[in-house]
Amino acid sequence: MSAPILIVDDEMPIRRLLRVALERSGYATIEADCAAAAISTLKGTLPQLVLLDLGLPDRDGLELISTFREKSVPIIVLTAREASSEKVAALDLGADDYVTKPFDSEELLARIRSCLRRADERTGRVRKLSVGPLRIDLDGHTVLKDDTEIKLTPKEFTLLSALASHPGKVLTHTHLLREVWGAAHIDHVEYLRVSIRALRKKIEEDPASPQLIQNEPGVGYRFRDGGPLSSGA
Amino acid sequence: MPDEVRPSPDALLRAAEREGRGTLKIFLGAAPGVGKTYEMLLEGAEKLEAGSDVVIGVVETHGRKETEALVAPLPVIDRKKITYKGQLLTEMDLDAVLDRHPEIVLVDELAHTNAPGSRHPKRWQDIEELLVAGIDVMTTVNIQHVESLNDVVGSFTHVRVRETVPDKVFENAEIELIDLPPEDLIKRLADGKIYVPEQARHALDHFFSKGNLLALRELVLRHAAQYVDARIQEHQSVMGKDGGYTGGQRILVAVSESAGGEQVVRAAKRLADALKAPITALYVETPAAAGFSDAERTQLARNLSLAASLGATLQSIPATSVREAMVVQCKEVRATQVVMGKSRGIRRRWFRRRDRMVQDILDRTSGVAIHLIPFDEQARPSNWRRFIPSGSWAGDAVGIASVAALTSAAALAQDWIGRGPIDMLYLVPVIATASFYGFRAGLVAAIAAGLAYNFFFLPPYYTFIIYSPVNVITAILLVIVAVITGQLAARARAAAALAMRSARENAGLARFATRLGAASTTEETAQLIRDELRSLLAVQTIVLHPAGDGIEITAFGQTKPKLTAVDRAAAEWVMDHGEAAGTGTDTLTASEWQFRPLKTSLGTLAILGFRGPPGRAPIPSERAALAESLIDQAALAHERLKLETDMREMEVVRQRDSLRAALLASLSHDLRTPLTAVTAAAEAISATGDEAELVETVRSEARRLNRFLSDLLDLTRIEEGAVTPDLAPIDLTDVIVSAVNDLAKSLAGRSVLTTIDPTLPLVRADAVLFNHALLNLVDNAAKYSPETEPIEIVARMGRRGPVIDVLDGGPGIPPGSEQRIFDRFARGETSDRTGGSGLGLAIVKGFVEAMGFTVEAARRQQGGSRFTIRIPHDAIVHVSMEDIG
Repeated sequence: MSAPILIVDDEMPIRRLLRVALERSGYATIEADCAAAAISTLKGTLPQLVLLDLGLPDRDGLELISTFREKSVPIIVLTAREASSEKVAALDLGADDYVTKPFDSEELLARIRSCLRRADERTGRVRKLSVGPLRIDLDGHTVLKDDTEIKLTPKEFTLLSALASHPGKVLTHTHLLREVWGAAHIDHVEYLRVSIRALRKKIEEDPASPQLIQNEPGVGYRFRDGGPLSSGA
Repeated sequence: MPDEVRPSPDALLRAAEREGRGTLKIFLGAAPGVGKTYEMLLEGAEKLEAGSDVVIGVVETHGRKETEALVAPLPVIDRKKITYKGQLLTEMDLDAVLDRHPEIVLVDELAHTNAPGSRHPKRWQDIEELLVAGIDVMTTVNIQHVESLNDVVGSFTHVRVRETVPDKVFENAEIELIDLPPEDLIKRLADGKIYVPEQARHALDHFFSKGNLLALRELVLRHAAQYVDARIQEHQSVMGKDGGYTGGQRILVAVSESAGGEQVVRAAKRLADALKAPITALYVETPAAAGFSDAERTQLARNLSLAASLGATLQSIPATSVREAMVVQCKEVRATQVVMGKSRGIRRRWFRRRDRMVQDILDRTSGVAIHLIPFDEQARPSNWRRFIPSGSWAGDAVGIASVAALTSAAALAQDWIGRGPIDMLYLVPVIATASFYGFRAGLVAAIAAGLAYNFFFLPPYYTFIIYSPVNVITAILLVIVAVITGQLAARARAAAALAMRSARENAGLARFATRLGAASTTEETAQLIRDELRSLLAVQTIVLHPAGDGIEITAFGQTKPKLTAVDRAAAEWVMDHGEAAGTGTDTLTASEWQFRPLKTSLGTLAILGFRGPPGRAPIPSERAALAESLIDQAALAHERLKLETDMREMEVVRQRDSLRAALLASLSHDLRTPLTAVTAAAEAISATGDEAELVETVRSEARRLNRFLSDLLDLTRIEEGAVTPDLAPIDLTDVIVSAVNDLAKSLAGRSVLTTIDPTLPLVRADAVLFNHALLNLVDNAAKYSPETEPIEIVARMGRRGPVIDVLDGGPGIPPGSEQRIFDRFARGETSDRTGGSGLGLAIVKGFVEAMGFTVEAARRQQGGSRFTIRIPHDAIVHVSMEDIG
């Protein structure tokens, strides 16, 4: 049996709900109702993932992120909808993803699966992937759409590889800007916007309804995590 | 730090008043035939072609072919037919135009006088009403119809037009000058291209001389330049730049009861315009005013109301000497320019007196320039009564009686005291009579005393014959002394009476102000105003307030007067327009009442009604100034009351709001946790058969509760002013796609068409706020339109920046609620079915405005609603591709 998922939340109904949902999907769970209890669980078996509510009674949930990060435990943060700066802070501190309250269990489970898959691939980085009509080889520097090679500028390619090497993970604006343009340009969100638009124009079927590079308002971008492309949402 | 020049509140107020008001464009020409109507039609046709809703209210083509061709494409509002004395007249149908409510209406001939029985006597008043209704008006006029230039034009053309337009009409108008060189104009006249009524042919031939036309043209050019000047100045004072109502010039114009007074007032207005100076119109009410004929009273009232209509402040000062009062008032208002009339011709004596007044003002003030405006005094109809000093028959009788009494007493006492002091004794009844009954009674007594003394006490007795030359001198002296002392006594009495009246009026005003300050309810204030005005102005007075759709008398005397339909119409007109109506005004003169608005910065809050004795003006000219200040006081009292009430209400609302905000915040927090659990749990349940439907109900209702909860939270943030947008460059594509994706579940089965212009620039906005705003708009569109209708989202470049439209095919917004729909808890008619929180659009507005954008709602022509978010040009982010690499 694989390691349990740690649920850190001070609200009992939420913990119970998460436990039931996770156990139905075959995950073992342990629970903590405060930061202190969460840290004490690290003494025993390391959890395979943490679901972390940021509003804890004894400490700010953000402070726990680095603790789990040090032990290479993936973290999914539970936050309120309007708290985009909190989401960005959590991601920048090393959280892997976030789920907005109120969430639905299906979405949460999908995020957990995606997160665990990334953690499984020990390198942490995908080098080759195929999404719908698109085939990307990051080491070979080639992008094929319907078997036709797409010409990208060097910056566009760097941006695409930054995104596509973590499929399903939200990458903050700051992270992407640092990766592509360097630390001096982390405030130039407009570079990112313009390049994303240019990239979408080349790789998306319909740039006005992008499916591959998804926007997370006020937070960053997420590259689509494999599977067949849906035409609806 | 330099002093910041603050915008003048008045200029701002005027600018604000103008917003929502239609704009007036005047095509101004020097003479008939320059092509004003043609130009107006040309512009109207252009506007029509450009898509504006343009109609013709009234245009005279005079059968000219080019003009008729221009009229043809424009829709014409049929004229109203009025039968007057068996003649069929047609006038612009004002109500039809108001009902039709076009964007722009063309109304020819601004100076036209309407047929009797029309709503307003003058067409410019019709136009005023159109402007107030928010309709743009284009009109035409010739320079000689401008009121303040009427005399000037008349002086060189010798053609005097009766139809004049007040200068204030021109003040906020856009003026387009239609210029044609005199030679061309004369040629057009010769070619028969100018319409001239047959009876005016001769006069107009003279009018169209080259000299006249040159002078008129110069006048037009100067006049137009002056208005441009005035508008620039006003613009500057709105912008807070020092427009320079500089020089500190103040004009004092002396208004008299003579017909030339109108010319004097107009001259003062021209001077005021040139100097950009305020005018005070002063009327000095001397005891002689009591002897004015009806014609003189009417003329005085006309002169004063002309001054008021030209923007002067009225002052009416009771005094025994015009000269003294002028000097005092010059100092009082710190006048720098004094304008007075000076008649040529018959009244020589008065002429010299005015010269002395000029000297006096020059001697006793400093830095005052005096303008004497010569005018031709029209020969007054000879009125023998003028030469009889005013007084009462009772006074005369008392004079004679007291002389008779003294004569009897002296006759009895003469043996004892001798005849020596009797002549002196006769002065007693003369002075006494003059003191109590005025100059005329004194004069009667003096003549009676002279005759009685002669008859009874000078030999030969009991005849009017006098033998001794000494006695002749004594008798004449007695009369002279009696006349002089009588006159002095009478003057002292008149001065005392005036002082008393002025003291009474001042005390009355002061008392009025004090009492008004103490009143705390509208009813109390209304009754107080009625009682005080009734006693100070001595006319029947009522106070009216708006009630429901109409107006209601809120204060009256013994019995509540019955208002006729005309009276009501006049009162309602005053309420709507904020200007006086009824007898003695320009509007609805058939009413016996004169209604005056209590105008404040908050609008017209109440109306006063005055009714004088039949056939007389409700407010006599000598009380006009007093009435003005009383009305001002009453208006101030109303304003104060209204502000107090509003403040109290606001305080209540504020307390209620802060309580509600606290309640909402705690509710939202305490609701969130259980809701999160319910939502997630409902999603996790897998059920089959009947239960599946039940579970689906739980899911969708939980989702709805969640939306409502986040709406409540968002609104709480907006209302607490806690929305601080985090502006960063965003791509509108991202905003739209995210919103549609977020709504994927509730939009299931709906067709959503997005059209995004790929060349749209990035804009500076808060991604989260924008996302929520758009989410709510799309959600709203989904709720208020049938599921079969697609929802369209269009992002495009508008004229002033990027625009996002959200369009639906629902029933559309009820007409007139385009603004209201953004209020909290405002819902469409079908809200019960759709179950919206009623907060969505309020949040949209709050968020969009927090980012510095605007949102508006409109009905689509093909049905449905259109919500438009407009992003200003300065929010656009420019990016150089070279930097990006």
